[in-house]
Amino acid sequence: MPKSLGLLEEVLAAEAPSFTFLQISDSHIGFNKPGNPDALGTLREAIAKVKAVPAKPAFMIHTGDITHLSKPDEFDNANQLISEAALDVHYVPGEHDFVDEGMGKAYLARYGKGTKGSGWYSFDDHGVHFIGLVNVVDLKAGGLGRLGPEQLAWLADDIKDKSNSTPIVVFAHIPLWTVYADWGWGTDDGLQALDMLKRFGSVTVLNGHIHQIVQKVEGNMTFHTARSTCFPQPVAGTAPSPGPMTVPADQLRSMLGITSVAVRVGDKPLAITDTPLAS
Amino acid sequence: MTNLLTKIVALGALVLLLGASHSLAADAQVKIANFTFDPPTLTVKAGTTVTWVNADDIPHVVSEKNGAFRSSALDTNDTFTQTFPTAGTIEYFCAIHPHMTGKIIVTP
Repeated sequence: MPKSLGLLEEVLAAEAPSFTFLQISDSHIGFNKPGNPDALGTLREAIAKVKAVPAKPAFMIHTGDITHLSKPDEFDNANQLISEAALDVHYVPGEHDFVDEGMGKAYLARYGKGTKGSGWYSFDDHGVHFIGLVNVVDLKAGGLGRLGPEQLAWLADDIKDKSNSTPIVVFAHIPLWTVYADWGWGTDDGLQALDMLKRFGSVTVLNGHIHQIVQKVEGNMTFHTARSTCFPQPVAGTAPSPGPMTVPADQLRSMLGITSVAVRVGDKPLAITDTPLAS
Repeated sequence: MTNLLTKIVALGALVLLLGASHSLAADAQVKIANFTFDPPTLTVKAGTTVTWVNADDIPHVVSEKNGAFRSSALDTNDTFTQTFPTAGTIEYFCAIHPHMTGKIIVTP
């Protein structure tokens, strides 16, 4: 039975048109340090890029750090600008979105509807299964990002009836694989999630947090991190810390940007294109 | 005249006392810079109040390992203080950058 279901899905996928969706990340509204004194301005430019995409994207994802300090006006300002894109936006939180006194209440009041736990969820679009994970909550001393047993159990249940031919896109703020542990760029139990997804023919892992593009392909899995719309961070290990990198003003926009993901018919990997705010 | 002098001396002693108690209340500091706690291990006497100061462009949250205390998000130059009345070793970390860890050793 699962086999015939798989065949049916393949037929549906073959008939479905290719489509694109967009990713923005790390808008850090409220940040006002030398790295970028105008976080709202660069987010506005990013949204202008989104609006200029020729074929209308199906939707957009935001991979967290919407705000810098989880303040109500930061969420409000971000929301007002992002809504100008006139697209459905699926969010996951960054650690900066969970530093209010209620430790995430402000984020969940705005974006938590229909989600589980600290804000994780999944949805289907054009035959692709999208999974939004949260790895910035209840972190442990000395560790990295963390999904936690409750979320991992939910994930196992969420995908158990999906056929191996279902394309999977999983997104979370902190990279789900270890980019650079010394700077906290990884997720302690990320491998457990990735192991569950290994059986699928096409898995795309989209993250933010490190404010630069890092990508790799491993078997059927494509890993990609997006640029920030606010400030760049140094390449792993090339600076004393992962803190904001202050670059000359005329170079800043070449290091910020948006990401477009084209989903192609069949078993081909998704095509990921990054566009800077200015070259 | 003598009376006034006594008052001045008393006032001077009071100022000294206030000064002393003030320095007691903030006699140990941990600087947060480049995503590290400096010093990473701080040894203080019981009753000492420790002040953390964030010198980074990114907020940090000072949290005891098991949540016994937790600061709010410390933006640049924000401070957090905690008094340690009893001897022992306190392990803490940054709740949003958990690879950042530190230790306070409190001696009797």
